[in-house]
Amino acid sequence: MPQLKRRHFVLGTLGAAGALVVGWAATPAASRLVPGAPLPAGNGQVALNGWVKVGSDDTVTLVMTQSEMGQGTHTGLAMLLAEEMDASMSQVRLEQAGFDAIYNNQAMILDALPFRPGDEGFGKRAAHQVVGKLLRTIPGLSGTGGSSSVTDQWGPVREAGASARLMLVGAAAAQWQVPASECRTEAGRVLHPASNRSARFGELAAKAAQQPLPTAVKLKAQADFRVIGQPQRRIDNAGKLNGTATYGIDVLPPGLLYASIAMCPTLAGRVARFDAKAAEALPGVRKVMALEPVAASLVGTGSTAGGVAVIADTPYHAMRALKKVDIEWDHGPAASLSSAEMIDRLARTLDADAGNARLDTGGVAAALKSAARTIEVEYRVPFLAHATMEPMNCTVQFKDGAATVWAPTQAPGFARAAVAKALGIDAERVTLHVTYLGGGFGRRYFIDFLVQAAQLAREAGGAPVQLIWSREEDMTHDFYRPAYVALCKAGFDAAGALVAWQTTSAGSSLGAPSFMDNSTDGAWNTAYDFPQARVAHVPVESAVTTGIWRSVAHSQNGFFVESFIDECAVAAGKDPVAFRAGLLAKDARHLAVLKRVAELSKWGEPLADGPDGTKRARGVAIHRAFGSIVAQVAEVSVTPERQIRVHRVVCVIDCGLPVNPNLIRQQMEGGIVFGLSAALRGEITVARGQVQQSNFHDYTPLRIDECPAIEVDILAGTGAEVPPGGVGEPGTPPIAPAVANAVFALTGQRLRSLPLRLA
Amino acid sequence: MTTTTLKINGQTATVSAEPDTPLLWVLRGEMKLVGTKFGCGKALCGACTVHLDGQAVRSCVTPLEAVGGREVTTIEGLKGREADALRAAWTEVDVVQCGYCQSGQLMSACALLKATPKPSDDQVSDAMRGNICRCGTYPRIRAAIHLAAETAGR
Repeated sequence: MPQLKRRHFVLGTLGAAGALVVGWAATPAASRLVPGAPLPAGNGQVALNGWVKVGSDDTVTLVMTQSEMGQGTHTGLAMLLAEEMDASMSQVRLEQAGFDAIYNNQAMILDALPFRPGDEGFGKRAAHQVVGKLLRTIPGLSGTGGSSSVTDQWGPVREAGASARLMLVGAAAAQWQVPASECRTEAGRVLHPASNRSARFGELAAKAAQQPLPTAVKLKAQADFRVIGQPQRRIDNAGKLNGTATYGIDVLPPGLLYASIAMCPTLAGRVARFDAKAAEALPGVRKVMALEPVAASLVGTGSTAGGVAVIADTPYHAMRALKKVDIEWDHGPAASLSSAEMIDRLARTLDADAGNARLDTGGVAAALKSAARTIEVEYRVPFLAHATMEPMNCTVQFKDGAATVWAPTQAPGFARAAVAKALGIDAERVTLHVTYLGGGFGRRYFIDFLVQAAQLAREAGGAPVQLIWSREEDMTHDFYRPAYVALCKAGFDAAGALVAWQTTSAGSSLGAPSFMDNSTDGAWNTAYDFPQARVAHVPVESAVTTGIWRSVAHSQNGFFVESFIDECAVAAGKDPVAFRAGLLAKDARHLAVLKRVAELSKWGEPLADGPDGTKRARGVAIHRAFGSIVAQVAEVSVTPERQIRVHRVVCVIDCGLPVNPNLIRQQMEGGIVFGLSAALRGEITVARGQVQQSNFHDYTPLRIDECPAIEVDILAGTGAEVPPGGVGEPGTPPIAPAVANAVFALTGQRLRSLPLRLA
Repeated sequence: MTTTTLKINGQTATVSAEPDTPLLWVLRGEMKLVGTKFGCGKALCGACTVHLDGQAVRSCVTPLEAVGGREVTTIEGLKGREADALRAAWTEVDVVQCGYCQSGQLMSACALLKATPKPSDDQVSDAMRGNICRCGTYPRIRAAIHLAAETAGR
């Protein structure tokens, strides 16, 4: 393929029926606007770059790389495009991205590199350059996770919109024989005020596609934003309120068959033998077959269990027949595993001075030794399930050596590769349709259920097969948030000032090699200015399948750090907010968030008893994750049955530039409820190698009557110069410590283990 | 396999399914009405909520043979003053996130408003505590029900 200079790109030619076929000859190395292969267009649409198509019907189509799992990314990214194109939100449509390298999620991968926020040193720049170069060449690294969607596309989607806008303006200027500089854009039109002329984007699209691709674009100044920063409604409301939104479990390709699976109840176990005679005799049954365990993808450990699946004409025929299959299990090496013993062993063997230290100022041991006073405590968190409302499912059709996949997945690139491998075909022979996700929380980064569906489809004679896991299979065959133990030590001088801080955790590193082990995220890179500090992690793997879970390592480290800092405040005889403020004195953003949450929660003022006369108390926590700083104050009481009730949560976030205040609030509320479910009740236990919880009766998320009132404030102003941070996950880490700290303030009991249980 | 006649969303439909088949799977598998969601299979989460003669029931534990001549209403057929008010309020308040549980939430909320046009907070809790939402939309569900009660009553 000839290397052409960018200004010579041929952008497209008009087809016979007015359809425009668009192609670019090469990819400029530094740009994410131009894909390596033509972006398909047609049906009255033209492509103006790798992200934007304009239709003669005035629709503006954004190529969507991100999976919508509730976090509102479809709305947020549509806003970025509408802003720079001067399109109306109602004009914007979405179309799923292909696998070109321009669609790789660079922010998610770069954010996983081990550099502290604010580090702009040579090492970070060099690593970003090397990894960034790889990310621009290897396709299929798109993915939704790490609260990274807006951060990743803040540049490319706005540039794509601005570039498309320039081409539309160029087309209008040429048509009207006026200088482009005299034209402006507004609400999907190009205007020439001097001659009082205007044209709709749709009228200009075909001509715009013949304009040269701009070699530079000027993005709007913040002061000129009219979409970004305004509370926008979600664009996916209507279909989710009338039953027409399509999740993975809802796809209905013609001739669809259904499959149900029973996996070995023991972790990583497999099928020894099975007898399907009785099942096969039942009506509607097509096939009964065994499936092997499937290993975790990159962000977890272990393998799911093998199982037996039934393919049948309807979902219920498959489920009913499955119960009639006589299965003998090979329980495998995990058959004696106990999570309680495992966690006790983690605690017994944890050496505070061991592990990979991401932060070590060098003088912790000496500072602790010479301290006037030290405290040393142990914290624990359990395994947790994701328990998305939509159970794992996937639909695959394998016909004529090619596969079509309909999947609720967070990782389309991994998903496509995994299906291709399972079927022994090239990835190019797999067409993947990403549906809406009925929750993700990290679970749908894994490809186990896709591989199973592909293996079933291979035996279905060309018919599409929809594999649906029961809730019980979903609960007992998750990639669980790992259990962790942390040893925390602090030293104080004679005046009560903190002089040394040391935390060492042990547990799964989610399969990461040591240089990429992010198990201390949210512990080694806090904003606290400790005189001496060491933060380390000891990788200890088990047979329990583990994986990323909303906020990943922040989910445990937020609890460890923000509980222990509260203990330090108490040990130092200081108010918890004042003590934190002292250690955050050099960080204006953290200080502003902390001050605001104290104001809004009336921290320091007496808290009224509940209407039933029960005492209430407040607790505070502040945590930075995925580029955003969140502080929360929880108000709690304890029932006569010793149950913790959370009545009100005040939440303040500085997420840099707020893109959509409405969705930021939604994500704070959702993150708090998700974290609170875990803090108050979430616990997966394993006995004899088997997960003990099976459905929502024994793994019970918060229900509406237990949900606190939540007030969210978005700090505007301090973050105005800062590009947007993530919002999908940062709401989760602070809630458990905020509640635990409130429980301490109320009862004097320091709860160092999740879920929080009063003695 | 037996043939059963059902009244669904104002129409009569004939389905071929074993009498013990849960209504959920008749709707999703036979009738291709996939707006009603599968969540737990044990009446623990409320994602599968439909109306039988206006009463909210969990279709995942309702066998086909128990439906009889009662009118089945699913999210696809949910209409009327309360339903319109609820959908408008859900949109106004921007309740949904992933949206998977919301068919069931709306079915429960609609049954509540039909029986109790101006529910108290406690009545909202009682009617809605069977519907789990992992995205944590509860504060907005509560606000939207109160808003819909106000607008539907006008």
